[in-house]
Amino acid sequence: MTKNLTGQDGMTRRGLLKGGMAVTAAGLILPAGATMARAEPKKGGILRIGFNSGSTVDNYDPGVWDTNFVQVFAQARHNYLTEIAADGSLVGEVAESWEASADATTWTLKIRQGITFHSGGTVTAEDVIASINYHRGPDSTSAAKPIVDPIVEMKSDGPNTVIVTLSGGNADFPYLMSDYHLPIMPAKDGKIDPTSPDGCGPYKVDSFEPGISASLSRHPGYWKSDRAHFDGLLLLALPDPVARQNALLTGEVDVINQLDLTTVSMMARNSSIRVLSVTGNQHFCFPMDTRVAPFNDNNVRLALKHALDRQEMVDKILYGYGAVGNDNPIGPTQQYHADDLPVNSYDPDKARFHLGQAGLTSLDVSLWVAEAGFTGATDSGALYAERAAAAGINITVERAPNDGYWSNVWMAKPWCASYWGGRATCDWMFSTAYASGAPWNESYWENERFNTLLLQGRSELDDTRRGEIYHEMQAIVSNEGGTVIPMFASFVMGVSNAVATPDVVGANWDLDGFRCVERWWFA
Amino acid sequence: MNDIWRMIGQRLLLGVLTLFIISVVIFGATELLPGDLARELLGQSATEETLAAMREQLGLNDPAPLRYWNWLTGVLQGDFGMSMATKKPISELVGVRLGNTLFLAFYAAALAVPVSLLLGVLAALWRNSIFDRASNAMALTAISFPEFFVAYILILWLAQSGLFPSMVRITGATSMGELLYMAFLPALTLTLVVTAHMMRMTRAAIINLLASPYIEMARLKGMSPVRVVLRHAVPNALAPIVNVVALNLAYLITGVVVVEVVFVYPGLGQLMIDAVSNRDIAVVQAIALIFAAAYVLLNLIADVLSTITNPRLMHRR
Repeated sequence: MTKNLTGQDGMTRRGLLKGGMAVTAAGLILPAGATMARAEPKKGGILRIGFNSGSTVDNYDPGVWDTNFVQVFAQARHNYLTEIAADGSLVGEVAESWEASADATTWTLKIRQGITFHSGGTVTAEDVIASINYHRGPDSTSAAKPIVDPIVEMKSDGPNTVIVTLSGGNADFPYLMSDYHLPIMPAKDGKIDPTSPDGCGPYKVDSFEPGISASLSRHPGYWKSDRAHFDGLLLLALPDPVARQNALLTGEVDVINQLDLTTVSMMARNSSIRVLSVTGNQHFCFPMDTRVAPFNDNNVRLALKHALDRQEMVDKILYGYGAVGNDNPIGPTQQYHADDLPVNSYDPDKARFHLGQAGLTSLDVSLWVAEAGFTGATDSGALYAERAAAAGINITVERAPNDGYWSNVWMAKPWCASYWGGRATCDWMFSTAYASGAPWNESYWENERFNTLLLQGRSELDDTRRGEIYHEMQAIVSNEGGTVIPMFASFVMGVSNAVATPDVVGANWDLDGFRCVERWWFA
Repeated sequence: MNDIWRMIGQRLLLGVLTLFIISVVIFGATELLPGDLARELLGQSATEETLAAMREQLGLNDPAPLRYWNWLTGVLQGDFGMSMATKKPISELVGVRLGNTLFLAFYAAALAVPVSLLLGVLAALWRNSIFDRASNAMALTAISFPEFFVAYILILWLAQSGLFPSMVRITGATSMGELLYMAFLPALTLTLVVTAHMMRMTRAAIINLLASPYIEMARLKGMSPVRVVLRHAVPNALAPIVNVVALNLAYLITGVVVVEVVFVYPGLGQLMIDAVSNRDIAVVQAIALIFAAAYVLLNLIADVLSTITNPRLMHRR
């Protein structure tokens, strides 16, 4: 295979493009290989998971999923074109292999043969096209619309080949197809039925009461033989943190997500459970509106970046369950993560220096926070204000209500708290939240060089060149970006000792990249 | 008897008027909340474009009075309409949850009412004794703690030791026995919260009567204290007791939200919280009407019962 750019174990992108087939095989071996030292996964049992989310509005429509409950529920009953493996590499799922044209605008996807839907039919190119088309078009209300918008045309070439034409080259296209909004569902007359639970994933739905629970049983025709070890699943909505932790402690459930960090040390004392913590791409941040004064001056932004003690925030807000951020949204586990950038550390003198550069001796700003922004945002704001005072920066922390936070505060007030679950690739993250004109460019940041590099990197198929581009982009964001990113927050889960987990647990999303239902087993 | 029927009729009409006013207030209040259904459904991932498309599909662009009018005419025809967020008929959503909530309320009432009446009568009989003080102190302690605290204490003592489950899971296959077992802790929590009120009212009403001349007469002719209380005092104390019991029953139906959340009990309170946070206004309205109707009806029943036990109330003028 090709040379390995990062020295990590995973596949390089060039390799992916050349031989999806080999990648697929390697990807499937990886989890098993990683657990070779342990006992082989056993089959059987009903896995019961308690979620921090779940609401009566939860439904089968892939365009509106946005909480852990529905996301894991979706991965339990659906397969996707591609899957991000636990180690961050990309493996094929419904797509067996893929190939790009030289400019990465045309993609040819081979559909794996012999995958069956719960209702009986086989997955064909027609199903794939209908599933993706559901999110396209002017009438689409799907949250995944921005992801599929660059698709100009999708057509089938025989039952097992789909040819996708993009408006511009995108080397990350197969990564995008792993997005949780894009499951492959059965097509009827060229359309999928967004009210149907039918899918080609590991479990089929037995019952679903939105906001309460869902129960599923193993799909007997599931094509992966080394995955989906449970006989069935019971997913429970337990939004109250104490109720959720009680359920785990009293043995009502086997796994819960989002442990309350304030009590996690006491939970860890219980010998029948263990705390599973994974640091991934999820990060907490404070985006500034870079169009308005004083944030339109990069010196002010730099002053603010040097006016907070990041390690203290990780220790006090995350109780150590996280990592320090360097105003760079690309997490340490990602392939192109730049770890040699100058560190924006707590340095009141430097902050003062930058204020001076901006022609100021002191600075008065307001920071809007709410727990909806991220858990601990209010306390983070207080800590920030306390530390910034030493640099002559007066931060007024404005508490906003959780209700309506995302419509009235986020991207409306000049400086506020926000979070990102993270994205699997640099391009995905940057084009979602940092590119000029992106709907969620939360700092309204415009950087010409950055935007040029973004386009170059997107269609660049050469790995080395791509690495250089993304390195420069991360340096620009960290130094000139409008977002203060103090910390990466771990996903912290509670797992009963009856449940076995692989050595490598996915960090791209909560609960093993939402895939615990098919990657874990009962010991 | 005709007078009673006339009273019931009048009160029912007034009740309907009350419900109408409540529906206007609730609708107005939900309009004041920031954000709308489309916003909540799409969350952080909303863009202006998808928001506009979704508002159009949901009919959120109509002016508020028109939306209220459409809803009201539907309800008057017996149709609560569809939940906009879940696209299901509201009667279907609410039906099961209402059943669960009523079950929990009556379960708690079945524990709380006999216990508090008994304690109240005994406390009145042995007033100022150790028993009186102890039961008063305990009931007041229980009512002074917030519900969730009582619930957590019960979970710590009774659930973590494995005696009772800490959460309630109701499926179609759950038998009555299992249900009573699973719902015991929530019912006990509610019992602890409402007992003091009923017990102290019973005690006060009976002590009040025990001072009246006809009770003294009964005592003087040598009746046993138990017979004096049960035969002569309790029937005359029923009016205030019935009233306080009815109020507490209404509370058990409408005020169980916190207990439902702690014990993950799939009742109406949870559904209402969900609907408020999703801005699913039709569902909020329906549940608010049910809660209001429970208050109106239970108060009506209490009034009728106290009138029957004390016919003098029919002739106030």
